[in-house]
Amino acid sequence: MKFLCVDCDEQMDFAERALPGDGTFAAAFICPQCGRKVAMLANPMESQLVGALGVKIGGRTLDEQPLELVRSTVAGREDALVDHDPAPASTGQRLPRWSPAAEERLQRVPSFVRGMVKRIYGEYAADRGISEITPAVMDTARTDLGLEGM
Amino acid sequence: MTFRTYREVLGRDRSGLAEQVGAQRTRVTERLGSVGRVVAVMSGKGGVGKSYVTAGLAIGVGRRCAGAVGVLDADLNAPTAARMLGASGRVIVRDDAVEPVLGIEGIRVFSMDLLLEEGQPLRWREPDGERFVWRGALETGALREFLSDVRWGSLDLLLVDLPPGSAQIHDLAELVPDLAGAIAVTIPTEESRRAVERTLRAAVDRDITLLGVIENMSGYECDGCGSVGPLFEGNAGQRLAHDLDVPLLGRSPFRKSTDGVVSPTLPDGIVDAFLGVVS
Repeated sequence: MKFLCVDCDEQMDFAERALPGDGTFAAAFICPQCGRKVAMLANPMESQLVGALGVKIGGRTLDEQPLELVRSTVAGREDALVDHDPAPASTGQRLPRWSPAAEERLQRVPSFVRGMVKRIYGEYAADRGISEITPAVMDTARTDLGLEGM
Repeated sequence: MTFRTYREVLGRDRSGLAEQVGAQRTRVTERLGSVGRVVAVMSGKGGVGKSYVTAGLAIGVGRRCAGAVGVLDADLNAPTAARMLGASGRVIVRDDAVEPVLGIEGIRVFSMDLLLEEGQPLRWREPDGERFVWRGALETGALREFLSDVRWGSLDLLLVDLPPGSAQIHDLAELVPDLAGAIAVTIPTEESRRAVERTLRAAVDRDITLLGVIENMSGYECDGCGSVGPLFEGNAGQRLAHDLDVPLLGRSPFRKSTDGVVSPTLPDGIVDAFLGVVS
């Protein structure tokens, strides 16, 4: 799908995405020439179909996680998966700290997906040189990465 | 107002959806690069013992080549192969993959059964209202991830235990272009023959190689004297093999389980015949 600014005859760039509620998926696109923004609103059926394909509108910013689709869509057994945190020495980079408030919020995520969510936020912060993950960082990452459903 | 066509607007799709789907397929291909052969076990009918036969083949082959066999239980809604192979416990997620769980004879197993609560059905988090829109896509996506995100490692053989019907063999062939072929399981009855024939012809239409037919529950084996008596009427295995010009790999009688424990065992002749067609 391509979005064209009719006035400028320019292809628009992806700007941001969100899940505003009731299953609607919203994606905003911006004209690189005149700055005009448009929003695409997908109805719940369209949103679910795209989600079921395991693809991200606006493109991927992080590598696909192991069993990402299954873990984010199946109501699985809470203790079915054990996530191994990578050791700092093996990754060659410092892992960001988790603030107590962010840890508390993470604990509210079902454990079936918690390890994957923690890993995604960790990689997001590490890639951006963020040393501490706070609820604010989580909010920004959710929007940037299209994790509103997690 | 006039519009250019999609292709006339030269910029790429900003979401790169085609590239994302392509990357998913590449992950499957790369993961299965160390797997010698992927073989589907299928049937057009439920209750013929596909999972039993899959487990029996895996154990039989595993006894001959230890550590070289994997089983992917692709029956997402009624997974039974893992339990038959003694594979249970938590699944370890490490780096870019999850580890298969080891079963009898070191067989590497992955199944939805490992992820669900005991006795609970497969439930998707999506709202139920529009299930028809996304259920098939999610099931195919789960099969794809079971292929690409499980660290199968170096295997001579990966058996894929498919659910009844013909849809999943098409999905599997799409995801695994190098699929070695499919084994069909039937019971002796005419009803089973008709259902399995339809599924096999659908597989042939998709250019999937049929490796052979196994007739399961072909008589009842007495647990006292070992003699085999009649159980079902019919000769479905032989007829399917003749009509589709594929080998009948053998007939396996029904065996009573001891102490309620299912121990999948196939006659040696079936395992030998299977190895003959996949080698």
